[in-house]
Amino acid sequence: MASDQHLKIAISALGGQGGGVLAGWIVELGQLCGYIAQSTSVPGVAQRTGATVYYIELFPEKRAEAAGKAPVLALMPVPGDVDIVLASEVMEAGRALERGIVTDRTTLIASTHRVYAIGEKIKMGDGRQDPADVLEAATAAAKKVLLADMDACAAASGSIISSVLFGALAGSGALPFERAQFEQVIRNLGRAVESNLAGFAAGFEAVSETDVQASAAGDAADADDSAAASFSAAQAAKAAPAVRPLVERLLADIPAPAQEMAYTGLKKVVDHTDPRYGRLYLERLTRFVSLDQSQESELVTAVARYLALAMAFEDTIRVADLKTRASRFARFRKDVVAEPEQIVQVYEYMHPRVEEFCDLMPPIAARAVLRSTWARRALGLVLGKGRRIPTTTLRGYLPLYALSSLKFWRRFTFKYQQENQRIEKWLTLIADTAGKDAALAAEIAGLQRLIKGYGDTHARGLGNYHRLLELLQQVETQPDPALAMRSLKLAALEDEEGAALQRAIEALTPVPKAA
Amino acid sequence: MAERSFSNEVKKLRVGSGETFHGEGILAVTKALLQSGVSYVGGYQGAPISHLMDVLADAQDILEELDIHFEASASEASAAAMLAASVNYPLRGAVTWKSTVGTNVASDALASVASSGVKGGCLVIVGEDYGEGSSIMQERTHPFAMKSQMWLLDPRPNLESITEMVERGFELSEASNTPVMLELRIRACHVHGSFVAKDNIQPTFKLRDAMENPERDCSRVVLPPSNFVHEVEKIEQRWPAAIEYLKQAQLNEMLGGSGGRVGFIVQGGLYNTLIRALELLGLSNSFGDTPLPIYCLNVTYPMIDDEVIEFCQDKEAVLMIEEGQPEYIEQAINTILKNADLPCKVVGKSIFPRAGEYTGKVLQDGVKAFLQENDPNRLPAKHSKSASLKKATIPVKTVSPTVPARPSGFCTGCPERPVFSAMKLVQKEIGKFHVSCDIGCHLFSILPPFDIGNTTMGYGLGWAGSSALQADSRQRTVSVMGDGGFWHNGLTSGVGNAVFNRNDNVLVIVDNGYSAATGGQDLLSSTATNARRNTNNPIARAVKGLGVKWLKEVNTYDISRMKRVLTDAMTTKVKGPKVIVAQSECMLNRQRREKPLRRKAIQAGQRVVRSRFGVDEDTCTGDHACIRLSGCPSLTLKDNPDPLREDPVAHVNNDCVGCGVCGGNAHAAVLCPSFYRADLVYNPNRWDLWWQRLRGRVIGYLQQRRDRQRARYAFD
Repeated sequence: MASDQHLKIAISALGGQGGGVLAGWIVELGQLCGYIAQSTSVPGVAQRTGATVYYIELFPEKRAEAAGKAPVLALMPVPGDVDIVLASEVMEAGRALERGIVTDRTTLIASTHRVYAIGEKIKMGDGRQDPADVLEAATAAAKKVLLADMDACAAASGSIISSVLFGALAGSGALPFERAQFEQVIRNLGRAVESNLAGFAAGFEAVSETDVQASAAGDAADADDSAAASFSAAQAAKAAPAVRPLVERLLADIPAPAQEMAYTGLKKVVDHTDPRYGRLYLERLTRFVSLDQSQESELVTAVARYLALAMAFEDTIRVADLKTRASRFARFRKDVVAEPEQIVQVYEYMHPRVEEFCDLMPPIAARAVLRSTWARRALGLVLGKGRRIPTTTLRGYLPLYALSSLKFWRRFTFKYQQENQRIEKWLTLIADTAGKDAALAAEIAGLQRLIKGYGDTHARGLGNYHRLLELLQQVETQPDPALAMRSLKLAALEDEEGAALQRAIEALTPVPKAA
Repeated sequence: MAERSFSNEVKKLRVGSGETFHGEGILAVTKALLQSGVSYVGGYQGAPISHLMDVLADAQDILEELDIHFEASASEASAAAMLAASVNYPLRGAVTWKSTVGTNVASDALASVASSGVKGGCLVIVGEDYGEGSSIMQERTHPFAMKSQMWLLDPRPNLESITEMVERGFELSEASNTPVMLELRIRACHVHGSFVAKDNIQPTFKLRDAMENPERDCSRVVLPPSNFVHEVEKIEQRWPAAIEYLKQAQLNEMLGGSGGRVGFIVQGGLYNTLIRALELLGLSNSFGDTPLPIYCLNVTYPMIDDEVIEFCQDKEAVLMIEEGQPEYIEQAINTILKNADLPCKVVGKSIFPRAGEYTGKVLQDGVKAFLQENDPNRLPAKHSKSASLKKATIPVKTVSPTVPARPSGFCTGCPERPVFSAMKLVQKEIGKFHVSCDIGCHLFSILPPFDIGNTTMGYGLGWAGSSALQADSRQRTVSVMGDGGFWHNGLTSGVGNAVFNRNDNVLVIVDNGYSAATGGQDLLSSTATNARRNTNNPIARAVKGLGVKWLKEVNTYDISRMKRVLTDAMTTKVKGPKVIVAQSECMLNRQRREKPLRRKAIQAGQRVVRSRFGVDEDTCTGDHACIRLSGCPSLTLKDNPDPLREDPVAHVNNDCVGCGVCGGNAHAAVLCPSFYRADLVYNPNRWDLWWQRLRGRVIGYLQQRRDRQRARYAFD
């Protein structure tokens, strides 16, 4: 980089990420290194978590001196005229691309981490956008792209993302300044010097060590590893004697392509209740083996997945069991970033209602209570209120522990009966459909995805599930029934009010009139 | 206390003659005011001039040394009315606000002071909130200057020009007995640059001189017959005086080259963008040396006919670069040229977009099109029309479907969020209702995930905005107002109006203790003690004082109660206006105050408990109902750890400040058992440790027992 170049730098950031701090450092850096520095921004309401841009111009003082005049500096980035773009989040790099300020003269330095936008978060399914497009477009557009998970760097170094980006800017070599000069700026300003320098170093190393493509690919590979449970026939040998026959049976009865999913499902179901329940799972699943003619055992895999989720339904016993485990205690310590040995007290936000209480009763009793206004009201005196259960104290732990010991009783509960009746009906429907259209049958299995949550959320999901099943006849008449069912399911996951689902239903081809 | 402290920066205000001042545009303006010998300054905060108010508040010591009175005005109208001090006395004064919204509010007083005329110089500094980053309706300040006859300055956006124009503005005001407006665009307010400073000046005629020797001149009062005289004065005396001063002081600049067939007329504030556009077209260097003549209007009102004629007389066409609409300057120039019978063509909005900010790209395209049409030989070959046509467009894959919209929203832990969570829940129970919004952070309610709110009519006008919807109806309306809007004018325009007109609807006043959206400035009802202002005047007392009988105060974080009170207000048989004061301190300010204290306490070895929230990924089923009720930035998503499930689980990241809204929502909406609050204990005492040991033993034993039982069914 020529040392007398007029430099233009844009920072594409989110309000509250410290973009202003970073812009301030770059201005100080420029001034320290003999440049006239000007920065601008449009803070306003964008400071409140919105997307925002900071813009800096650095102009060599010696050129101004030689000309005997002050340069005229611009107040906003112009497409095709920006040397460096720093993006504090990967989609903000995408926004910079959209603005046209990343071009073949631009070094793009971006953090690969995601801060999900509200539109992505509120979906009932998975509304997350994949940044792969952005990375691809950035690589095509920019002169040079430097990527790193700067959020992770900031966390690891106990710093903030702006110091990591400042380090990455130094490490990129896109500015004609020495590392020491960058560090001098942090020292001169004298605020949180140690942590800022640590973040700076992390950023510097993150971009100078890693090869761009390799690091992006590496991230993807890591993600794959964690998502898939490794499975092989050798698993049977590892299993405890009480469950070994189940694994052996799985390996004998379930076709190879579906084994991994069935194994994961089996584990979940046994964990939910007991090996006997696991046997029921396998029996139910095996029924579909003969119905599935596909090479990849798609139907069996789908049933394996959704049947396990359906059978491992959430009741109070399950919740108490999950809440009291040692592994869970270790996890919440990690989640809240507790220091080693630090005391952490946990209060669960629970809201047991009459319905959840009845779920644990024998069906006859539960129905009686639910029918009787008097009984509901009486129980309502104790239940139906939000509670904070202190799980880490004996007062909170012991009752939950006691509740979690009721697994043996689960088979006699109202909830068990209801869930398993529904499962039987559902499985019959899948089996009946499989004969005609295996792909559609797999989609019917997939409707289980709609049933989640607790209370009203659960009721709404279940409502959508039944609504789609009622439409089955009409779906069967569509040009591609499986695709139609799938679209309906995704529409149901779009919004809470059911607007998207309603539109999707209206878009279905009407049932042809009987001839 | 304001969101941003300028206590370090204000030291720069003491910089003396010949020294170089480095800093933000707004800070430079403050310095220029001190260099001009002002006696009083007032204003109302709002982007992009909030920092001017914050700087002045932090510069109180310096202001006192210079005998300057600074007021954080109750509204822009209060601020504008301050200028009355300059009608009778040779006192220089400056006021500031966000425009055009603030100018709307100030207009009554501005029109009066402009009619009366001023003896002392008056400067109205307006932050033109237009274009990217703006939060208001897109309008211009220009017509306000025209209608009341105030002069409008629009300096080139570098600190040297801006500060120069502040000082010249006072002279212009005094020379023409007219208040002067100085318009600064958003980026100019926040531009960081430098200028050579002068010494601060103490006014010779003091405020107390005026108070002790009052002067009265009946002809300065806006009442017949003087009001008619004022209008004639404006035309016959003040206008010509202004023109004469402007010509002599040469505030408008003839820049660039001379000669040729074409030229540019540009608003001063757009000059830098124009130069960059020319530079990118190969028609200028970095210093603005261009062969093309530029008439730079640092004064956009009034127009100086002679200068326009001189600039245009030898040209075939000029390009008028004027941002916003209507194109008042372009129209004025056309009139001037027509009257002078000059054939020069004026090109402006016929090439440029009629609406929106004039960015570098817009100017570059406009200038290119203008030259291609009117002086093609000026353009380097690669920008010629034929080259532009030939240039194949390279298909670039757009990423716009992928990049999610990222609107502004409530901050992490914001106390206003639970108000709207509760409203959403109440709507589920009693049906949808009409919601009239106000100005402030609470207006973010109109965006996802809340999607609440029908209209917003202006600051403090939330309740007035629903006053027509008053009929015998099954559903009441809800109006929202912040504490900022309440004290700005909502007290009378909303509450007083509702009481007087026997309104039967509901008002929710969001009382977070600060004028939060504008940067956390103190208000009458702020609970912080402020050495220089009178705070701690509760909103509830004011509301009661106006005669409201149905009044409830609720802590916003108590969502269940918030929901109950709101339902009660909507359904009660009691007639009359109903006011809910929803209180909790702005989290941004609270964290700013508490975080350093907590850090210090932990370092000092004191026992500190810090709360934060979490989601248990084992029990989360990935429906995200919690996010739809909250929208907290720290409540986000992560991959589902269960390989069987497809949808991501909710997750609370480490930005959580432990406000408890997510837990409160889980209770109020009966969501799920996944939320937990974790209390992290720093420097535990003996009692903590004793209990911890006991709990650890019992719980640890039971957990091991359960782990052993589970091991019997282990798969690996």
